[in-house]
Amino acid sequence: MEPQDYDIDEADLELPTEAMRINMGPSHPATHGTVRMVIDVDGESIKHVDVQIGYLHRGFEKMCERGTWTQCFPYTDRLNYVSPMICNIGFAITVEKLAGIEVPERCQWYRTLLCELARISDHLTCNGAMAMELGAFTPFLWMIKARDHVWDLLEEETGARLTHSFARIGGMAKPPSPDVKARTEEVMLALDDILDECGKMLFKNRIFLDRLQGVGKITQAEALQLGWTGPPLRSTGIAYDVRRAHPYLKYAELDFDIPVGTDGDNYDRFMVRHEEMVQSIRIVRQCLQRMPDEGPINADAPGIVLPEKESVYTTIEGTIQHFKVIMEGAKIPAGEVYGYVEGGNGELGFFVVSDGSGTPYRVRVRPPCVFTLQGFPRMIRGHMIADIVPTFGSVNMIGGECDR
Amino acid sequence: MGDVKSPSGQIVIDGNEQGFGTTKFDALLSWARKYSLFQYPFVTACCGMEYMSLNGPRFDGLARFGAEAPRFTPRQSDLLWVVGTISQRQAPVLKRVYEQMCRPNYVIAFGTCASSGGFYDNYATVPGIDKIIPVDVFIPGCPPRPEAVIDGLMLLMDKIASGDRTTPGVVKPYNDPVGQQLVQLGKRSPAEIGVGPQPRSTDVGPANTPAHALDRKESR
Amino acid sequence: MSQHLVEKLKTKFGDRILETHSFRGDESVVVAPSDWHVVATFLRDDASCDMSMFTDITVVDYPNRDARFELVLNLYSLHKAHRLRLKTRLYDEVEFGDADPAHPTRVKTVTDLWAAANWFEREVFDMFGLRFDGHPDLRRILLYPEFEGHPLRKDYAADRTQPLVPYRPEAQDKLAPFRADEGMPFGRKDWAARDVAWSTDDIAHNEQHLAGAVVVDPAVKPS
Repeated sequence: MEPQDYDIDEADLELPTEAMRINMGPSHPATHGTVRMVIDVDGESIKHVDVQIGYLHRGFEKMCERGTWTQCFPYTDRLNYVSPMICNIGFAITVEKLAGIEVPERCQWYRTLLCELARISDHLTCNGAMAMELGAFTPFLWMIKARDHVWDLLEEETGARLTHSFARIGGMAKPPSPDVKARTEEVMLALDDILDECGKMLFKNRIFLDRLQGVGKITQAEALQLGWTGPPLRSTGIAYDVRRAHPYLKYAELDFDIPVGTDGDNYDRFMVRHEEMVQSIRIVRQCLQRMPDEGPINADAPGIVLPEKESVYTTIEGTIQHFKVIMEGAKIPAGEVYGYVEGGNGELGFFVVSDGSGTPYRVRVRPPCVFTLQGFPRMIRGHMIADIVPTFGSVNMIGGECDR
Repeated sequence: MGDVKSPSGQIVIDGNEQGFGTTKFDALLSWARKYSLFQYPFVTACCGMEYMSLNGPRFDGLARFGAEAPRFTPRQSDLLWVVGTISQRQAPVLKRVYEQMCRPNYVIAFGTCASSGGFYDNYATVPGIDKIIPVDVFIPGCPPRPEAVIDGLMLLMDKIASGDRTTPGVVKPYNDPVGQQLVQLGKRSPAEIGVGPQPRSTDVGPANTPAHALDRKESR
Repeated sequence: MSQHLVEKLKTKFGDRILETHSFRGDESVVVAPSDWHVVATFLRDDASCDMSMFTDITVVDYPNRDARFELVLNLYSLHKAHRLRLKTRLYDEVEFGDADPAHPTRVKTVTDLWAAANWFEREVFDMFGLRFDGHPDLRRILLYPEFEGHPLRKDYAADRTQPLVPYRPEAQDKLAPFRADEGMPFGRKDWAARDVAWSTDDIAHNEQHLAGAVVVDPAVKPS
């Protein structure tokens, strides 16, 4: 055998390096949501990430054109499936804006309550998953337990834990249950405790802080250029919240704060979401105090809202009206409108075009997490592969909303 | 599922106890397999949220059966949970993951989208993953409740124990009011209705559902 | 609500603002495709407009019109809190080609104005087939590269699948899903619907469905 160790001048040694391309494939344990990331790494530090979405494209916009307006609601549930009530209500608000309907007082309070419950569920899932990926499995389980309590409430109100399809154009499918206030208050007390415990577990933990602080930073200018909204934008310091800037439902009358971060890193996004949960609990409590116990839930809009069951079974007009709304669809006047609400991830907008028939002509969703995900390559540049996981978690990419 | 051999295979036991030994050995093997499933959660969509709840502290649907450990590599897992809609773009990925698993492996189609494409009857969705890979148990629901998923897992375990790989199992509701009415009217036989697995304890039912402790500090 | 924005645009661009609409509090403005980028730049850079935030870009397909695609850009100003919808009308490149100035089929990309537009213009290309001049990376985003056609166009049948993985022969005993003329009659504006007799074509249709692809007859023009 020839000797391999002959003298080499160190200066002549040129280690050939080239970026290695790694695939973090569509099926990956740490990416919550199916997305493919083709990562160019130089050693351990990331040069560029090509994020490929679309692995959950289910044709939401095409399916909405194939039924009636009310038949879009199950599809909207499955957009942001951790806060489906917000998607439902957002779509309902948009179509009501197009039709020029205003829902009664009690319905607005009820919708506010349900939206905030959905927001709590969304942030619990996001923060829990982020914590789990860092190794903190216990807070994840606590947050899932808390989320199950919230889902119990939603199940009692809407009939389903996750995909409610509960909002309707001009109101809701059913009025609130008689004991909604007592049950919700109990759950809010439990949530207070659980969030408190999770905070104690995580906020002074060295590993948690080291993994999240300074990672995934983005500046205010970049975030604005990328069209970010919601917790990611607020983590950079810009206090834009649709509930405060363009109040809808009852948010103008409610007393709540908008948590804002400073650095735009993962830690700020986590904390903004955590604090938003605390504020959502505050909003829910105010809704419980102020929601009227009696009153109509549906607007008075014949031709769009289903008539009362009593009149359907006893009068011919009610039967005909019910039949026409179901079979032909709600007759929303022709026109186009852009309606928007504050979703779990930011400004969730619906651009809706009607041609006057009972079928939507075009339904377009403005998905907030796509904007955040577009900024992901910028956030992760220079960091390590292990930093992808919490950064991706802080983006809160929900596949149904991202790929629609 | 033509490439799956029956678990009994060609096992030769000493002496003239071949028949008895084979059966007992098979039973032991099945028992070991069914209580040590290594799962590969192929999670895509909304059903994933119910999957998280399933693993959560309230339902604990997998750990109690020894199926909790997720192996995120198909090479080391034997139970493929297909959770959520599989789009046409995702189909080759799923097929590849399935092919990388060692045999014998089992597939659970979790949710309606995985079972039949759900209400996404369009250009983007695979109408049921059994168009691509063989499926052992279908759990319909959009999303199915964690209790239904536990039913599905137990159904799979029964199938592993009995060695039946030919007929896929489907989780059915406990009560089928429409079906029962049809039976009463004489239009269907009970076998055609196919009532789902009976509750294993008389204490379970809507009237007896325990209110889950909200874990308040005072109550501890 | 954003009436002053429309006034400002009319003052600056005069006749190049082809139409303005105000409906339920939303203001929208239609321009010619050649003015698309100029107007968008003005909207972003002018101090009183200050449309710093890109909200959305999408297309609405009106196949009955000559210029069938209406490109819609929603903008928002973070500091002034006003919104505007900028629209333009484009022709189908498949029908008219991209070299006819009387029938413009493309606009200049706004990615240089708002980085957020990148993926959304890709999505417009993916779903409708509209191209953007100067886009850094115009490729499909939601669908796979092997997909042919643009599904959100009204003449693309919703249930026409293009499977990447051929379906297993064992899964053939399932029934085919509903056809366009079955089930609930409303809402099925099947632009490429064929008037077929019930029996033999139905069987053939089912067979095609089970084989994994519903073939739409391209010779039939949308009604």
